[in-house]
This record gives sequence, structure tokens and C-alpha cells, in this order.
Amino acid sequence: MDTSASYNDKVVRQFTVMTVVWGIVGMLVGVLIAAQLIWPQLNFDLPFLTYSRLRPLHTNAVIFAFGGSALFATSYYVVQRTCHVRLVLDKLAAFTFWGWQVVIVLAAITLPLGITQSKEYAELEWPIDLLIAVVWVAYAIVFFGTIGKRRIKHIYVANWFYGAFIITIAVLHIFNNLAIPVTLTKSYTIYTGVVDAMMQWWYGHNAVGFFLTAGFLGMMYYFVPKQAGRPVYSYRLSVVHFWSLIAIYMWAGPHHLHYTSLPDWAQTIGMVFSIILLAPSWGGMINGIMTLSGAWHKLRSDPILKFMIVALSFYGMSTFEGPMMSIKTVNALSHYTNWNIAHVHSGALGWVAMMTLGSIYSLLPRLYNRDSMYSTKLIDVHFWTSTIGVVLYAVPMWIAGVTEGLMWRAVNDDGTLTYSFVESIKAIHPYHGLRLLGGLLFFSGMIIMAYNVWKTISDKKPVPVAVMDPA
Amino acid sequence: MRHETIEKNVNLMMVLIVIAISIGGLVELIPLMMSSDATEPDENIVPYSALRLAGRDVYVREGCYNCHSQMIRPFRSETERYGPYTTAGETVYDRPFQFGSKRTGPDLARVGGRYSDEWQRLHLNDPRALVPESNMPGYPWLEAAMVDPDLITRKLRTLQFLGDPYTDDDIAAAAAAVAGKTEMEALIAYLQELGTNRRARR
Repeated sequence: MDTSASYNDKVVRQFTVMTVVWGIVGMLVGVLIAAQLIWPQLNFDLPFLTYSRLRPLHTNAVIFAFGGSALFATSYYVVQRTCHVRLVLDKLAAFTFWGWQVVIVLAAITLPLGITQSKEYAELEWPIDLLIAVVWVAYAIVFFGTIGKRRIKHIYVANWFYGAFIITIAVLHIFNNLAIPVTLTKSYTIYTGVVDAMMQWWYGHNAVGFFLTAGFLGMMYYFVPKQAGRPVYSYRLSVVHFWSLIAIYMWAGPHHLHYTSLPDWAQTIGMVFSIILLAPSWGGMINGIMTLSGAWHKLRSDPILKFMIVALSFYGMSTFEGPMMSIKTVNALSHYTNWNIAHVHSGALGWVAMMTLGSIYSLLPRLYNRDSMYSTKLIDVHFWTSTIGVVLYAVPMWIAGVTEGLMWRAVNDDGTLTYSFVESIKAIHPYHGLRLLGGLLFFSGMIIMAYNVWKTISDKKPVPVAVMDPA
Repeated sequence: MRHETIEKNVNLMMVLIVIAISIGGLVELIPLMMSSDATEPDENIVPYSALRLAGRDVYVREGCYNCHSQMIRPFRSETERYGPYTTAGETVYDRPFQFGSKRTGPDLARVGGRYSDEWQRLHLNDPRALVPESNMPGYPWLEAAMVDPDLITRKLRTLQFLGDPYTDDDIAAAAAAVAGKTEMEALIAYLQELGTNRRARR
């Protein structure tokens, strides 16, 4: 078979399988550090097993290894199917896979060794940052090159989101990581103090906005209509919310620095744009959920669709909660507390992970020449462990966060503080336990998935799929 | 322009995406970089001494910022607990900044002088020996690790290159200042001066 007549699904399969692998690894580290907060003995007085070194490993693994692999896999799949061409440059596409895996392995080695820039979600030191930049440029060439060769005039909406995600992450990554090396493993950033903080949270917030939002909206715009068998609800809404989402997100970073020494004008701009951001965010949620119009009955029998609809529901909740937390008065209570942790995980587990899991269950059988996964029943079990897991994770962290916020600000009649700091640690102890249970449940769902994936692909030889002619 | 035009032209779409995502960052970052409020040091704020810098880099390496903020907000409950609120001018030699985003433990912006050196040493070795309810990990290896004098010289040179006002004499004296010091001593030197430029007035 002429290779240009078939899709390049090899790289998609590789990234898809690694999504499951890295999901398990990243969440396992999450479970460990959640346990360390309850039983500090689990740090074992070993540098590379210490909480403060492992927490960045957890965040990097779930965002860039699990989420990143899912984005590579689905964007490569979607861009081929919606452009009716094979991915350009097979070797460069293969390079993005191996390059990205090397980045992940280097992260897994260097972070426990304490090699870090300490900027959240940008901890990796300069040599790895350079490799990321090279892989990312290769990714952009493959993705946009494929769009350039498309055999259909219109660029499908999912590709707008993937495209904006790829371009923006390149810009954010390069500017936030500008640094002068001292040695191979240590550098100093060119920014200082509040300028560095503003740069970091311009990056950090938009890593959320583009890596964890725009990219996954791209996934949503392909896999939800596909799985529901319905067209996207509103074309006009997708146009309006796409441009407003990407433009407004970039202004919202300063809400991570409320009441810090960042000048007030910047905090206020950040707050205003964060509140406005509710509108384009909900535009995406509404467009996704309403795509099920006329197909709601499918939820009864299709757990994959359940993953997707719950993901969209969590997206809606998180993007309501985010703007609310960016209001300075609310932020005064929520900042520095476990409320942030609850918010992050209702977004990362509820939205990002659930959308990924649904999409992979939808995608994987097609990559291995099957009609469906090995067991639909196990997908349903996974759905319920995940859903209960997220709730059991987020609710205790919400309660713990508000408890901390209130205890830290409580004052007696004579103006002295009511509680010492350590009393707030004691107060939230039980919630750490419940959170661990929620995390364990979510993690166990991933193990169920791994079994289901193994049974689906182990005895199947993938067959090249012919490029479909445009309708 | 009809949206259809953009949808059919990938180059145009890429250009418009770049424009759409650029404005917010430019508006928030450029004026900040130009502003003396954000870039000029407060009175009493000088670049970190060689030993404190070595200690700060240990703080960064161990990931202390994951649980400890260094940013006292201008609320009564915070200034009461931690001391005067943090100003931008206090952080101008911080590469990278260490504001933190989560307080699993207390803020450390003005922890300097609050406890004795010996308390800090015992606490870093085994937090629960002094605070039974604490869930902080111990960092006993810091007492066994020595600060590298050659490395600190290279670090100061890099910072001088970046514009921090270290003199050549500072750099020449750096190696001797850290020779024979453990990472524990360096970290404690860093912690013990944190925020001591301003004191609570009571």
C-alpha cells in the first residue's frame, strides 16, 4: 500500500499508549505525596523521595506527560481525519514522540534530584527547556504542515484550538524560561522579583488556559460530536468563543498574585479579565453539552459519552469557580489554601482527565482495527470510580481550604490571632485522609483502564487505514 | 472580513492567533518591567551574600516554595502573624522569586531571627522533634553536604552579568566565605536574614 494513501497512525498509537502509562505514573506520585502529608514518615529522610521534590514531579507528569501525550495523540489523529491527508514528515513526527518521551524521562530523573528552576510547571532546567523548544517547533511544523496540505478548504474547528494551543505554548515556554546558565544543572532567570512573578503567572495561568483548556477543547470538538453522532451545536458560538477565549485568557495571569507586591493596576486588570473569561469558557461548555441534543438517550448505554459529558460539566464548574476565586475579596480567603488544590483537581481530574479518558476509549479501538474496547462494562466501572474519586477528592479539599482561610484570619476581641498556624494543620488532617481515598479511587480507575487497554490491543495487529476522500 | 476567509487560510489564522494572544502579556509585562516600583530595591536591600545565596539555592533545590510562601499580604491577620507586609522592593534580587502559591506550612518572608540557629538546625533535621503536629519532611542530608566554593564564584559572576550589583571584590571573596560551610549552615544563614530589613513596630 502506498504510504501517502494511508494515515500515519503509528505515532498516534504510540502517544495513546503512553498517555495511559504516564497517567498511571503521574497519579501514583500524586497518591504518594498525598499520603506523605498524612504520614510524613513516608519521606523516609531520602532526598529523592521527599515531598517537596516530588510535588513538581507529580504536576509535571500529569500535565506534560499524561496530558501532553493525549494532546499529541489526538491532535495528530484529528488533523489527519479532518484534513483528509496523511501527517506530513513521518520522521519528524516520530522525532516528536521520542523527543517528548526523552523530555519526560529527563524530568523524572532531574526533579527528584532537586534540579529545578522552581517556577511552577516550568521547573525543568535549561538543557531540557531547549529540548522542549525543539520538539515543540517540530510539532508545529508537522501539525501546521498537515493543515497546509489539506484536501478540504475549511479548517475544522478542533484544529483552531489545537493550533492556538501549539502556538501559544511555544511563546509562553520561551519567554518564561529565559535564563543564563551557571552550570549544566543550574541557571538564573533574567527576571527578578515581581517581574519574574508576573512572567511566571502569565506563563502558569496560560499553561492552564492553553495546554489544559484550548488543547482539550480541540479534543472535545472532535470526539464529542463523533461519539454522540451529532454535529457541533453552534458554528457561530464556536467562532465567538474561540477568539474571545484565546484573547482574554492571556490577560488573566495576575489573579495568581492578588494582594502580593505586584502593583495594584496589574492585579485589577487580571481580576477584570478573569471574570470576563467566564463567558467564552461557558461558550465552549454549552457548545459541547448541547451537541448531545437529540442524542441524550445514548448516555444510558455509552459510558464513553458519560465521561465526556461529566468532563464538560466539570469544565463548566471549574470555569465558574476560577473567575469567582479571582475576585480579590474571595481570593483573600482562598489563596494559599487547599481551596486552590480542590479547584485545580476539579479541573485537572474532572475536565482534563475525564475528557482524555473518554477520547482514548473512543480512539483506541479505531487505531487497532476493532469496533470497540475489550469491555464496555469496565469502561463503565472506570467511569464511576473516576467520578466518585473526583468528588471525594475535591469536596474535602474545599472544606479544608475554607477552614484554613477562616482560621488564619480569625482574631479575638482584643485583636490577637485566635489560632496558631499548627492548629490549622491539625484541623485539616481528616480531610487529607479523605482526599487520599479520592485520589486512590481515581488511580484505581487508571489500573482498570490499563487492563482494558491491554486486552483490547494485545492480540490485535494494527492495519493501515486508507485516507478518506473528502465528501 | 468574513470568518470563512480565516478558516480557509492557515497562514492568516496563525497570524491572527499570534496577535490575539500577544496583547494581554505585552500590556501587563512591559509597563511592569519599566516601572521603578517593581525593579528598584528598598532601603537596606542588598544582593545576597555568598553564603546566603548558597543557602537560597538549597531552598530552591529542596522545593521549600511548594509549601512555604514568602509573601505577607497587607491584611491585619497576616501582619499580626508574620510581620510587615512584603514590598516589591524587597524582592528585586530574587532570581527566581519565591512568593509561593500554597501554605502547607507558614509564610517565611520574615522568619529571620524568629528562632535560634540551633532551633532551625534541629527542626530541619527532624521537624517533629520540635513540632509534634508538623507534617514537614526532614532534611538531614543538608548537614552532610558541603557548599561548593568554585560553584558559588561562578554563580556570583552570572548574577553580576545579569546586572545585580556585585563588585569584583565580592566575587573574589565569595569562595572563602563559603569554604568549609555545610548546606545546612548556608540554608540557616539564608533563613535567619529573611525579612529582617523591616521589623514589626509595636
